[in-house]
Amino acid sequence: MIRLPGATRQQAPGWPEYLADRAARVRHPLLKDYFAAGCPDPATAIREVPLAALDIETTGLDPRRHAIVSVGVVPFSLARIPLRERRYWVLKPARELTEQSVTLHRITHAEVENAPDLAEILPELLELLKGRVVVVHYRQIERPFLDSGIQARLGEGLRFPVIDTMSLEARRHRQSVLARLRRWMGRPPVSIRLHNSRERYGLPPYQGHHAVVDALATAELLQAQVASRYSSETPVSELWS
Amino acid sequence: MEVELLDIRQHMGRFAPFDALSDDLLDEIASQVEVAYHRAGSDILVLDQEIHELGYIRSGAVEVYRRNGDLYDRRGEGDIFGHFSLLRNHRVRYPVRALEDSLIYFLPDALFQRLCEEDEYFADFVELERPRLESAVEHQKKQNDMMITRVRKLLTRYPVMVVASTTVQEAARLLGDFGASAVLVLDAPGDNPRYTFRDSEERAWQVRGILTDSDFRRLVAEGRPSDTPVGEIVVDRLVAIQSDESVHEAMLTMLRNNIHHLPVMHRRHPVGIVHLSDIIRYETHSSLYLVSNIFNQSSAEGLAKLAPDVRAAFVRMVEDGADSRMIGSALSTIGRSFTRRLLELAEEALGPPPVPYCFMVMGSMARNEQSLVTDQDNALVLGDAFDPEAHDDYFREMAKIVSDGLHACGYSYCSGDIMATNRRWRQPLSVWKGYFREWIRDPTPERLLHSSIFFDLDAVYGENVYVEQLQDLVAEQAPQNALFLAAMARNALNRTPPLGFFRTFVMEKDGKQNNTINLKRRGTAPLTDLIRVHALACGSRAQNSFARLDDIDRTQLLAQGVSDKLRYALEFLSMARIHHQVLDLQHERTPGNNIEPENVSDTERHTLKDAFQVLSNAQKFLKFRYPVPAAAARRPRGPR
Repeated sequence: MIRLPGATRQQAPGWPEYLADRAARVRHPLLKDYFAAGCPDPATAIREVPLAALDIETTGLDPRRHAIVSVGVVPFSLARIPLRERRYWVLKPARELTEQSVTLHRITHAEVENAPDLAEILPELLELLKGRVVVVHYRQIERPFLDSGIQARLGEGLRFPVIDTMSLEARRHRQSVLARLRRWMGRPPVSIRLHNSRERYGLPPYQGHHAVVDALATAELLQAQVASRYSSETPVSELWS
Repeated sequence: MEVELLDIRQHMGRFAPFDALSDDLLDEIASQVEVAYHRAGSDILVLDQEIHELGYIRSGAVEVYRRNGDLYDRRGEGDIFGHFSLLRNHRVRYPVRALEDSLIYFLPDALFQRLCEEDEYFADFVELERPRLESAVEHQKKQNDMMITRVRKLLTRYPVMVVASTTVQEAARLLGDFGASAVLVLDAPGDNPRYTFRDSEERAWQVRGILTDSDFRRLVAEGRPSDTPVGEIVVDRLVAIQSDESVHEAMLTMLRNNIHHLPVMHRRHPVGIVHLSDIIRYETHSSLYLVSNIFNQSSAEGLAKLAPDVRAAFVRMVEDGADSRMIGSALSTIGRSFTRRLLELAEEALGPPPVPYCFMVMGSMARNEQSLVTDQDNALVLGDAFDPEAHDDYFREMAKIVSDGLHACGYSYCSGDIMATNRRWRQPLSVWKGYFREWIRDPTPERLLHSSIFFDLDAVYGENVYVEQLQDLVAEQAPQNALFLAAMARNALNRTPPLGFFRTFVMEKDGKQNNTINLKRRGTAPLTDLIRVHALACGSRAQNSFARLDDIDRTQLLAQGVSDKLRYALEFLSMARIHHQVLDLQHERTPGNNIEPENVSDTERHTLKDAFQVLSNAQKFLKFRYPVPAAAARRPRGPR
């Protein structure tokens, strides 16, 4: 079992090695194809990296008990976010929709009735993500849910590098000296939720809780973070985890 | 509509030129957007780079530069950039840099070109400056045509109607109940299809005629019984008017038929009755009525009481859709009438003048461009037989009566003391000619100021020929004097338009932000100043700015199309000022020349920007067109 790379940069082996290893071992052709595409070299400048903002709306927070309701993907680059390439799927969750998640995501039961299962959209979804570095806000949702959903259907899991805009915010607002000082003085921590983070960069408020809108909001946030705190030459390994 | 794009299309749909697009087009636009974040200070468009997208500012602000690096404009949320280059050779002509952290939506060129083709308003909007200004002004004119006041505007209620079998007593009681002075008499449909209609219950009726107060008086005088059916006394001859006819036509119909009540029909259906007094009340607010009323006043106090009527007439004209020339000339006529009546009253009080004189006005009244907010600029030109010792007491007293009277009527004293009460401006014709020659020959800053005031001049009362001679003198001497023109041109650049015009503030050249702007000082005044310089250069005798532009057009002074731009800009700025003054009056504020960008619609703001741009360009040309003559680096003295 290969140890997963952590947030720190210089750890070896890295994501390319992990993906290559999985490509060699995995049996399902869909996953084999995905892993074989690999990922950019860790030293690649972020401006040259093909990215895909991903947002998954779920019925809850626990991948073992809750299910995926909808998936939104917006492929993009540091320079541009072309909206016409956006994809959106409403899925039929394996488990019942709870009332709370219905109101939260504005997806009604009727809409879900005729929706496909995750298995049916996997070929398209994986094709879209292939070769791109996935960008999410709060990686504890998207990666575990996809992993567990795919594990349940194909018998093998899916792990991939992600750039988490929330942990980029946390680096500054939770782990910095200033943040520790704030904590020490008893001040409330700075919110690193998507909406509040966007506000700090002067990004407009969007209606949340639609997978495509949140994916777009995340993509814009990454553009803003890189423009403000990093540079277009920053190696991707400094951002992914 | 895809819900995920809702936010984007709703935002764009709030701003011109997208606000006028169909929902389908907006959907299409939102789905084709490409998003990019630009940090403050970063380049968005670089000079001469290829460009294939239109930029839309979702949040933040950008600066637009000229080729030479000068700041051209600042744009904020909802504004667009890049259209100029997209319409031409797809090379960036005006570089763009982010002023704040900005989120930009980019639209592909193909879509932009399609929008230009499919939507006329969009095309007008992106074809910078002239077309948008032009269409805004034409829009005002169209409204003007539509707003010839129709007689239905005077109707306040449905007519009282009775059937022919009703007794006169019952009919009289109904009139009393409704507080009406006339009743229409209906009968079963007969031989006159003109006035046959169906009521709300689908019953057919014919309007036989009308009974008025005077018919009932006649009835009583003749001793007819009160149970006489109205059908027996009504005259089967109905004079009526269609509801979409003009008020003017209604008045003529009444005069022609010698009647005071006129039924108003919508096709064949009676919708109301106008009384002559309705029309008189309506006309009371008109400037025509006001002028005749001015001449009926026998005292300065009586004239002062008419000041509120001036405001009412002003509001009426604006509401009826008059353009700035009509309003300017009507207000000037009113102002002249006040002045003239005050002079008549002064002559009554002081006796006949010892020598002939001409009372002249300067500034906006002379140009026929008077606005509601104005002070008095006037002077006396006396016959050359004038002897100060013997005659000046008379004219000083006259000037005081007029000036005090005008002040009481709302034309406040001139802060620069340009009034006939000032001895310097109460002089014989020969002295005036001397003044004018000197100002033209040897322009000092103070003289230039005088030139810019006194060279808009017109006679109001007395020996008009004196003022005509002065006008001729200016028209003959000014064009030959390059130094004078150069000085006037420089002087015309003292007041400049603002650089940018945002949702909540005005951007000044030095980067300062104001939340209010004086439309006169920053717009109409510098425009009339620069038009005056061109008019002086071409020897025009016209005083009105539009008339001066007509004269300028007969020369080669301005490039093709420039004078049209100036006309549209002047018209638009004047109307914007007038509309905001009406708003002030309606909200019971003192009308002023200031407007707050916050109270300006998106489209009006963009058009204002265009008008300011026209002014700015014209000022640049002025500097170049009237250079200081090389030989006159030092100001020459004495006659040449």
